[in-house]
Amino acid sequence: MTKPRDKQMTIDQVVAQLSDGMTIGIGGWGPRRKPMALVRAILRSDLKDLTIVSWGGADVGLLARAGKIRKLVYAFVSLDSIPLEPNFQRARQNGTIPEIVELDEGMFQTGLYAAAQRLPFLPMRAGLGSDVLVNNPWIKTVASPYADENGDFEELTAVPALKLDVALVHLNRADVHGNATYLGPDPYFDDLFVQAADKAFVSVEQIVDTAGLTVDTPVQRLLINRMMVDGVVETPNGAHFTVCTPDYERDEKFQKAYAAAAGGSDEDWAAFEQRFLSGDEEAYQAAVAEFRAEQEATK
Amino acid sequence: MTEFSRAHVCAAAIADAFKDDGEIFASPMGMLPMLGVRLARLTSNPDLVISDGESLFLGGTPPLFAKADVVEGWIPFRRVFDVVAYGKRHVMMGATQIDRQGNQNISAIGDFAQPKRQLLGSRGAPGNTVNNRTSYWVPKHNTRVFVENVDIVSGVGPARAKAAGPGASKYNDIHRIVTNLGVFDVKGDGDTVRLLSVHPGVTVEEVVEATGFALDISTDVPTTREPTLEELIVIREVLDPKGLRFREVPEPVTTDEVAK
Repeated sequence: MTKPRDKQMTIDQVVAQLSDGMTIGIGGWGPRRKPMALVRAILRSDLKDLTIVSWGGADVGLLARAGKIRKLVYAFVSLDSIPLEPNFQRARQNGTIPEIVELDEGMFQTGLYAAAQRLPFLPMRAGLGSDVLVNNPWIKTVASPYADENGDFEELTAVPALKLDVALVHLNRADVHGNATYLGPDPYFDDLFVQAADKAFVSVEQIVDTAGLTVDTPVQRLLINRMMVDGVVETPNGAHFTVCTPDYERDEKFQKAYAAAAGGSDEDWAAFEQRFLSGDEEAYQAAVAEFRAEQEATK
Repeated sequence: MTEFSRAHVCAAAIADAFKDDGEIFASPMGMLPMLGVRLARLTSNPDLVISDGESLFLGGTPPLFAKADVVEGWIPFRRVFDVVAYGKRHVMMGATQIDRQGNQNISAIGDFAQPKRQLLGSRGAPGNTVNNRTSYWVPKHNTRVFVENVDIVSGVGPARAKAAGPGASKYNDIHRIVTNLGVFDVKGDGDTVRLLSVHPGVTVEEVVEATGFALDISTDVPTTREPTLEELIVIREVLDPKGLRFREVPEPVTTDEVAK
């Protein structure tokens, strides 16, 4: 029987598809279900001058600290239990990200919708009256062609399409063809990211056969269809240290160590990098396991 | 038992901000707002729809940060944006700065291009303030928070909304600003921040001193109502038995609270 094509790749094969100056959308939300294994691979690469589009967490912080970002499109950057992301704060306060686009978080969704629907923009109210439109003078408003109940032709924000070259997302399970399911409580916006992009790569905790995708979870959780996907990578614990319910919760102890290093001296950060980010993904996971064992031992 | 501390006054004032909302999604950001919303749901407005702050609408009214409860709906982030646009929502956000015209800043302090201090980012404040009822909670009322002009306008006050046209102003509804000192709205002269009441034990002079702009103040400012016995019992025994509220509003503490 003929089957759709097999899109399994390695982490390095995904990164080989990226090039300098690309616009890369990173799925998940803040410190939740981020494709961190792929982000870490970008850190190890020579890639530069990237435009990063993200409801940001440590993905943005790490890429900013590594000097990978030329332009950042975000609505917030937060680690939740640690509200302010130290590496992002540092980059902003030192002015090391050349171009900054701060949007309202709903505008961000509308921009992805517009891109996913191949529209130049979609209208919404968010942004009107705020400094989002002052700090981004290239974002225009548009007059409704229809009168409202008072006879006014409302002026609305024309949210520009957030068109992506590449989307990187992390879900719980996929088949080799790119059908992917999330098992936690929130899909976030991963389906929008992949549809807003020319190419999309999905990392997952586990690759299963197609029938396995719906064995123990409702079909409604099949968020991403293979026609939206160019590559699938199995990266167990690949969202670490962000949350990936039900496979694992956020690694708060690790996040605390990350934030302390990021907010500490240059030496603190160099030590963190040396310990966790100097090797490949396997080395990272081994270092995390060792960190965890240390934490257990000091209980 | 009828003694109370400032945190209880704040919780009751926040609950009052939600009491006439009817059946809408109450979105509190931060601990006291969560306590106040849940207090309203258990007393003045049982129709309020509340969430776990993640992705679930809760059928019951659990204590602060408790997880297990009956679920009555699904509210992932994408559907929050749907409800914002739908309008049946009242959010109470924090504010790093609020100015005389009721604009709010949670984005950054200083110049946007290279801020002195980068904060969260604008999050949903621009969208919230032109779509659904929005209130603010300020646990430490001082002149660094209440400034003449915010550095960056995240949340839009009524004057700026009107200037941006009916698309911005028709659903702009800045309802209450509750602080550790008093209760305010933005219905003062020329759409400015107005003092509605001072909390028990607080003087109008203290509020003026702690505010970096000229407040609209009537000649006779009332005192914020005291929490009822029922509210005190609900807060102490049901919603916040661990006393987490005192982390946000530690003072003034009465002797019976110190004993807890």
